Amino acid sequence: MTMTLAPRAGGARTGMLRAVLRNRLAAGALLVLLLMVLAAVLAPLIAPHDPNAQDLLARLRPPAWHAEGDASYLLGTDQLGRDLLSRMIYGARVSLLVGAAAALLAGTLGAIIGLVSGFLGGWLDRVLMRLADVQLAFPSILLALAIVGFVGSGLWTVVLVLGFTGWVAYARVVRSEVLSLRSREFVTEARAIGVRDRTIMRRHLLPNVLAPLATIATLHVAAAIVAEASLSFLGLGVPTDIVTWGGMLSDGQLYLGTAWWIAVFPGLALMLTSLSINVTGDALRDVADPKAYRR
Amino acid sequence: MSPVLRVDELSVQFRLGTETVHAVRDVSLRVDPGEILAVVGESGSGKTATALSVLQLNPVPPCVYAGGEIRLDDRDLLRLSEKDMRAVRGNDIAMIFQDPMTSLNPLKRVGAQVAEVLHRHQGVSRASARAAVPPALAEAGIANPELRAELYPHQLSGGLRQRVMIAMALIGRPRVLIADEPTTALDVTVQARILDLLVELAQRRDMAVMLITHDLGVVAEVADRVAVMYQGRVVEDGSVSEVFGAPADDYTARLLRATPRLERV
Amino acid sequence: MSLVELDNLRKEFGTGRQAVPMVAVDDVSLSVTEGETFALVGESGSGKTTLTRLLLWLLEPSSGTVRFDGQDLATLSAARMRAVRRQMQVVLQDPYSSMNPRMRVTDIVAEPLVTHEPGHRGRRARGKLRATVGELLDAVGLAPDVQDRYPHEFSGGQRQRISIARALALRPRLVVLDEPTSALDVSVQAQVLDLLADLQRRFGLTYVFVSHNLAVVQRIADRVGVLAGGQLVEVGQAAQVLRTPEHPYTRALVDAVPHPDPVYARRRKAAS
Repeated sequence: MTMTLAPRAGGARTGMLRAVLRNRLAAGALLVLLLMVLAAVLAPLIAPHDPNAQDLLARLRPPAWHAEGDASYLLGTDQLGRDLLSRMIYGARVSLLVGAAAALLAGTLGAIIGLVSGFLGGWLDRVLMRLADVQLAFPSILLALAIVGFVGSGLWTVVLVLGFTGWVAYARVVRSEVLSLRSREFVTEARAIGVRDRTIMRRHLLPNVLAPLATIATLHVAAAIVAEASLSFLGLGVPTDIVTWGGMLSDGQLYLGTAWWIAVFPGLALMLTSLSINVTGDALRDVADPKAYRR
Repeated sequence: MSPVLRVDELSVQFRLGTETVHAVRDVSLRVDPGEILAVVGESGSGKTATALSVLQLNPVPPCVYAGGEIRLDDRDLLRLSEKDMRAVRGNDIAMIFQDPMTSLNPLKRVGAQVAEVLHRHQGVSRASARAAVPPALAEAGIANPELRAELYPHQLSGGLRQRVMIAMALIGRPRVLIADEPTTALDVTVQARILDLLVELAQRRDMAVMLITHDLGVVAEVADRVAVMYQGRVVEDGSVSEVFGAPADDYTARLLRATPRLERV
Repeated sequence: MSLVELDNLRKEFGTGRQAVPMVAVDDVSLSVTEGETFALVGESGSGKTTLTRLLLWLLEPSSGTVRFDGQDLATLSAARMRAVRRQMQVVLQDPYSSMNPRMRVTDIVAEPLVTHEPGHRGRRARGKLRATVGELLDAVGLAPDVQDRYPHEFSGGQRQRISIARALALRPRLVVLDEPTSALDVSVQAQVLDLLADLQRRFGLTYVFVSHNLAVVQRIADRVGVLAGGQLVEVGQAAQVLRTPEHPYTRALVDAVPHPDPVYARRRKAAS
């Protein structure tokens, strides 16, 4: 009995993009992300005000549609009279950068450690996994202080801190996936052929752990954006003259009862971003699976 | 003798989106008490879908029972409510599967699992259900049944696990046993002993057995009658000696030729 | 001339600090002659899988030696070991887990070539690579236009043909076939066995064929070794061992095989 194979239309790459776009939710999420990135890149051109310009006469203005609102401050102003919309547009720059860079650093580090630990096993595995335990038990703030002590505070320090505290989740998941993949027959065959360990990890293991990696990464991006805020709050993060969503959130906390808009709009932006990243990540993972072409 | 179980012109479809897979097409079968009917075929032939239909264990949806009847005595099982069907499962008709490890709860002692079946299905008190376990295990050919009842599934060999499954299936005294590839996961020497047990039990209890298998060797060893399935249809049925001696259907003949046999002196 | 020689091979699996290690392979010696099909039979837990992993040097023995073409594998440098690996290939049982689900057929079949022959690497060698893969697929009876497909698009029998094509890519001398047909339907199994016999003639291959199915072994093997509890209990010509087994375990094994002919149906007749 032979199975008949239906002819497949189109190349694989265009097929992937088309498959993402066919999912309307994913297409919407991708659009939101594109707009966010575009706003961040073009911030100086599209922001109506200087994000740090204070107007003490226009403090705590509600959004424009509100009875007491002012048309020139579309989303209102904060306690120093700075335009919220402009601050959010500028904030997108740092927040998206920090989130993506931290997830990339932690993901790369975690994937390498998980692959090596799971595939090679032995004493190396034991050492790396104990290191992961230590990392989890060790207060992140202390690590942050140590890194600040070494390289000074700033944007990239935040990325380093978040990257070095975030790798454990990636490493654990990758390691457990690798442990089950390692005994699969295609890995045994590759070893029998004489393929080098490094190549097996890259060619056979990594592509098969990308799906869980992407899932953690989408969650981590959002978590990193918030974590940056708490670091900044402690004075370990980015300098106060750099606007971030997290910084705006913590500023707004004090005024939640009287001027809700200061915290709510950056919070919404954060939520929308992480939701969009999650949805896009899901769709990408589905279409990256060759079996998904069936449908 | 009148058959205890009859399948009449059964059609089963699986509907996936716009696609309809005709898994079972106009299949008719019957099993008498004390008889072993083998349903044989390759993967995708519809043999397992047929077996699962008898107990209505196919997932609905996508499964649709598109036509026909499944009669236990004079009741049409396809017309029973889910509640009545639950009473049929385990009491009138029991089933054993290929891989006993996935059918047993790894966290409970096997004796407790066998007792549970009796307690649930027959309303027997827990204490007397527990007392009934060792004889049931012994009947399934398990030596030292009191001791073995205290073990967990992973502490038993594959053959013993399948015997536990058989004990569990038979403790409700069903009149029909459906065995879906019961020995495929076992070594040949273990397989031989499990098959012996099935034959012995069918005779001693006057129980009808529907044996689903892909192995013509197993069919020749234990079955009285055989139905050969191919692409959802029964292409040939009859007594084992008739079908094997002079296959009327071309597919049966090809299958027989393709089956490797061990030549002995 | 013997291509593979195993001498007093023993493999223990230590279970932590326990005093008694599990002995998977216990003092096995055998040799496989160039060009023959040597079948290893045994039930689960008999040590046949461990023995093939030792033979392929995917596991190192606790004691004893494995020789390939006269060379003791324990003494080889990494470079010489790679040269030996080219000459011995393996086809594993499960056509569903023996292929990386994210690789296309071209890359699956070409992996040994890319690994061992620098000339097949890179973008520029792509055309040559595809041509070679096409020839290999043709040799195992698959159309060359299946190259861009993924494993899940194939039936079990087709996948096993792809595995065989890959094993042949480097023109090896030895192919270890670990239960290559036991996951397949009988009609497909027969076709794959015919293909294996045909390829052996064409390429002068030596097979080590691991199976629990004695009927299949009788069809394809020249010699048979019977494993039980990690020990080799009987070795000899296939015809002789399977027809007139000497060891009681072999006899039990042969007696247990169901025969697809009701005339032999001992169980049914004995029962009625």
